[in-house]
Order: sequence, then structure tokens, then C-alpha cells
Amino acid sequence: MEKLRYALFTGCTAKQSTPEQMMSTMAVAEKLGIELIELTEASCCGASHLQDYDDFLSLVLNARNIAYAEKHELTMVTICNTCQLNTAMTKHRLDNDEKLKARVNEKLAEVGLEYKGTSLVTHFLYAIIDDIGLDKIAEMVETPLSQFNIAPFYGCHNIRPSELQNESHKSSENPYNPTSLDDLIIACGGMNVDYEEKNKCCGFHAELQAPKTAAILTGNAIAGAMDNNADWMVTPCPLCHLKLDTQTHHASEAIGREVSLPVLHMQQMLGLALGCPQESLGMKHHVTKVNFI
Amino acid sequence: MSTHTITTQKVNFKVFRFNADEDYLPYYENYDMDVTSEEVVLDILNRIKWDHDGSFSYRRSCRHGICGACAINVNGRATLACKESMNTMVEIFGNELVIEPLSKKRAVKDMIIDKKDFWEKHDAVKPYLISDIDEHPEHEHLVTPEEAEELNEADLCIQCGACHYACPVVEINDDFFGPAAFAKAYRFEADVRDDGEIKRLTAIHEEKQGVWDCVKCMECAEVCPKDVNPIEKITKLHNMLFQKGVATSNVATRHAVGFKHSIAKNGVLDEGGLVLYSEGIGIVKHVPVAFKMFTKGKIVPPWGITKSENLDEIQKLVKSSSTAKF
Repeated sequence: MEKLRYALFTGCTAKQSTPEQMMSTMAVAEKLGIELIELTEASCCGASHLQDYDDFLSLVLNARNIAYAEKHELTMVTICNTCQLNTAMTKHRLDNDEKLKARVNEKLAEVGLEYKGTSLVTHFLYAIIDDIGLDKIAEMVETPLSQFNIAPFYGCHNIRPSELQNESHKSSENPYNPTSLDDLIIACGGMNVDYEEKNKCCGFHAELQAPKTAAILTGNAIAGAMDNNADWMVTPCPLCHLKLDTQTHHASEAIGREVSLPVLHMQQMLGLALGCPQESLGMKHHVTKVNFI
Repeated sequence: MSTHTITTQKVNFKVFRFNADEDYLPYYENYDMDVTSEEVVLDILNRIKWDHDGSFSYRRSCRHGICGACAINVNGRATLACKESMNTMVEIFGNELVIEPLSKKRAVKDMIIDKKDFWEKHDAVKPYLISDIDEHPEHEHLVTPEEAEELNEADLCIQCGACHYACPVVEINDDFFGPAAFAKAYRFEADVRDDGEIKRLTAIHEEKQGVWDCVKCMECAEVCPKDVNPIEKITKLHNMLFQKGVATSNVATRHAVGFKHSIAKNGVLDEGGLVLYSEGIGIVKHVPVAFKMFTKGKIVPPWGITKSENLDEIQKLVKSSSTAKF
């Protein structure tokens, strides 16, 4: 099989507050035989906030990021749900509105770039499921995670709105009964935990302006996983990770009950199962201690 | 004539039952039924009432996705019962379906809920055209097709409450107007004939009740049976707040604007810098968490940030493509 190559849009979080996510992405890619070409020219996607202030600027910046992936003639892979949503939303809007695309390209031409719409934009989770396959991943597992009950936390911006999201990958996902992350847990040999909050919101995007709302949502998510006997949680989104990993104190206070579980990035879980050296997965960067390794 | 085969499958329904006048707690009744591929969820509600228990209560009226009366939850998914086919439900959730009201804590009798809060919030955004109308106009007030287009799908809302009760913020924060009210606010804000803008926009800018408390979970866009896409309208309201000068400096507005400054400076975000810019002196409340993060190597100081390559391009685009001022 030809080596898989993707243009990697790391997003900002992987380079700052979740270094473990960057490390584990690279470690897992190497194990899976994926070549990642990092889009070092990319800017921040605006994280679903810039567009509230300046929608057009947000479109131009995201189109520029995609244009760099197009230059490589590669699929753009994201490792953050919110990067995925913002980038895919931009692609969707430009691909379906010639006038808007022309307006954006007029700006991009000022810096010698053009958005064509030739690159797919997909999250790493779906890229490996589509292009490698869960069966193949299961075959590559060296250390099955069979002693663990693992609670998947999908993160809103990978599953909703489904009409948009399902343009980004072959494996269709229903946001009311998502399966991709459950399937990956099973492929890694783990036991997937079913709980009500697995497809719900962690509250991240209202953290500053509505801290109480955000903390209750975080608390409910961790409590849901705990009440269904999860040993730990796993998520494809570094923003959900930040919320679930670093905000347990506020979350516990908000819901009036101590909640805390180790939370792994999906790349870290996969890395453990594939037998990546533990130091390459960055577990020491977690605020809630990863207490099982 | 097409040859259409009707298939039948067995489905177990676990149905929420509660009568506020008699019951201390709700309970669930089980019904096993053969369901055909031609049926919609409302057919099942009818069959429960007509074939099993005449006391089973729910709202229904038009049966054509227009009146918005029959929205309920199926396996936690808000659903307009007359529109959703049983086939889709079984496809998503399998053969065991849980039928519940849109909001259990507001249940009056079985599927019937008290939508008082929905209507209060709907009213709070002044859901009508505010305009000094000349009672004896000499000619029509013309609206161009392009201007009408601006309303997008916001006009299609049937007030079913699906997005409102599926919204996680409505569930937690009693003051929050919710996605349906915001979509309605947008519908009139985007109407060129309307003059009510500042009052309406001021209300939706307010903390706790307004658009800034939205968590951006996208559930309202997913759940709407009429494709109103409320979150898109919420974003447009955010934009209007800046365009019309209603936005005042607060942690939420500075957060949105801060992204632009950060991108202009580094291309990528300066996470710490953004929180500082948004919070100002309020940054102190983040110190305990920030300290823990720092000890785990999760905080990069401003001078340690790797800026985007070809930053000059980004800076040029920020300058030439900016459409908003604050």
C-alpha cells in the first residue's frame, strides 16, 4: 500500500496547552505509517469566536489555511474538533457559493494564493478509520486495553451539524448515536462505556462569559462517565480535553459532587494500544493524573 | 405505479407516563408493537392512545409539520412526531425506543409540557415588526428579493420548541433566551422594514439571557425539523451587535475581538494573552488553574510562541479583509 500522506493542521492548542496531543499524534502517525506534512503557515481558525466579530475575515483566514493544503495536493487533517468545524464550514460555504468564493479569492490573490476547493478536510479520527480501517488498526494493536472501561467523549464540533460533518468523511456518523470513537476503543481492545453525556457539550466555548454553565456541563460529563463505571475518558478534541482535564475543581463545585477521571486524547489511547513508548505520549502533561500506567 | 413494499418490524416502546395532578413521580409503560415502514412517530402515539390506553396524552393538530404541536423526545432526540418516520428512528436507535416529553421537568401530563418559559422568551425578543407605519401610504413598501433573502430560513420556525428544550444552556440557565427566540429576533432584525433594532439587540446582548451565553454545541442546528439553523442566526446576531454599535466591552466581546489581535500578531493564537485580553483584571480567578497547567508544561509564555510562517501574508489579509470595528 502506498504510504498515507496528509497535510496536518495542528491548530493552536496542540502547540501550547496540550503538548501531549502533538506528541502523541506524531508518535501514532509513525506507528501507523502515516506521513504528516505540517502546515506551518496556517493561522488560528478563529475557534468559532472570531466569526462572531468578523465573519468575512474568519472565512479568508480559513480559506488561506486550506489553500496551503491544496498546494500540497493533500487531504487536510485536523486534530481539534473546533478547527475541523471552522475549516469544514468555510469549505462548505465557499464550495456552495461562487460569489462568496470569488470575494474570498480576491483577497487571497493579494498574497498570491487561491482557494480551489480541491482538498478534503477531515479529522484525524475519521481519516484513519476511512483510510486505514478499524480492522487493520485492530490487527496492529500490540497491547490490547482489555482491562479498561473507556468512556468516549465525542465533542460537539466533530459530530454536529451532521449534514456538514458527513461531507468530511466516508464513514457516516449520527450525532444521536455516534459510533466512531466507540469503534476505535473496541479496536484498541478496550470496553466502550455507554453514557448519556458522550455526545453532549463540555462547555468550553462559554468558559469565560458563562463559567457556571460551562462548569456544570463539564461536571455532568465526567459524572456520567463515572456513574457508568468508566476507568477513564477519551476524546478527539483538545478543547474538550482541556475542560475535562484541568477544570475538575470548578466542575465538582458546580455540581456539588467530586468528579475526576483521567482523560486521554484519542491519539494517546491509540498510542498505548499500538505499543508506542509511553514517554512519547506525553502523559506527564495532564493535570488530572493518568493513574493507570 | 411504483412497486413500493411496506416492511414491518417489532419495536419496543418505553413510554414516559406522568400526571401532575395524581402522580408523585413519573413512570414508564412498555408497549410492543409491529411498526410499518410507512408510519411516522405520531402514528405510534395515536396507536398507544387508541389501542392501548385512552388516557395517554399528547399534543397534535395539523399532522403536516406546520403547527409545531407534536414535538417530543425519542431516545433523547427532539423530534417532530408527525414528520419523523419510524424507519429513521429504528435506523438510528434500533428496536428499543424511549418516548419522552421534550422536557421532563416541565411535564404536565405524559407528553404534554408547560411551554410557558418558551413563550415568555419568545415574547421578550419582540417577535413582531416594529415600524412607524404610514396609515395611508401612497405606494407599497417594496422589499427586494435580495433583502427578503436575508431572512434566510428564519421565517420558517414553527415554534415547536425542539431546539429550545434540546439546548443545554436553556436546561441550566433559566434566563437564557434560547435558540428559537434568537432565530426569531434575527428574523425581525434582518427585516428592512423593521425599526426596533436597538431595543431588541440590547436585550440579546445582555449577559445570562443573551447570545453571548451560547455554548456553540450546534444541537439547535441539528435538531430543527424546519432547517432554521438557529446557531447560524445567533452568529449573525453577534455580527449585528458589532455592526450596529450595540456591543459593549465585556469578557465575551473582548474574547471574540481578541482573536483578531492575536492572529494579527502571531498568526496562531496566544492562548494566555487572549485570556488576559478578555478578562482584564478578572484574570486573577484563573490563576489557580493556570498554575497547575504551568507545572505540567501546558502554558507557553508569549515569547515562546512559534509564530505562523509567512506571517506577513496573514497580517496583510487581516488588514485588507477586516469588515468589523470595535
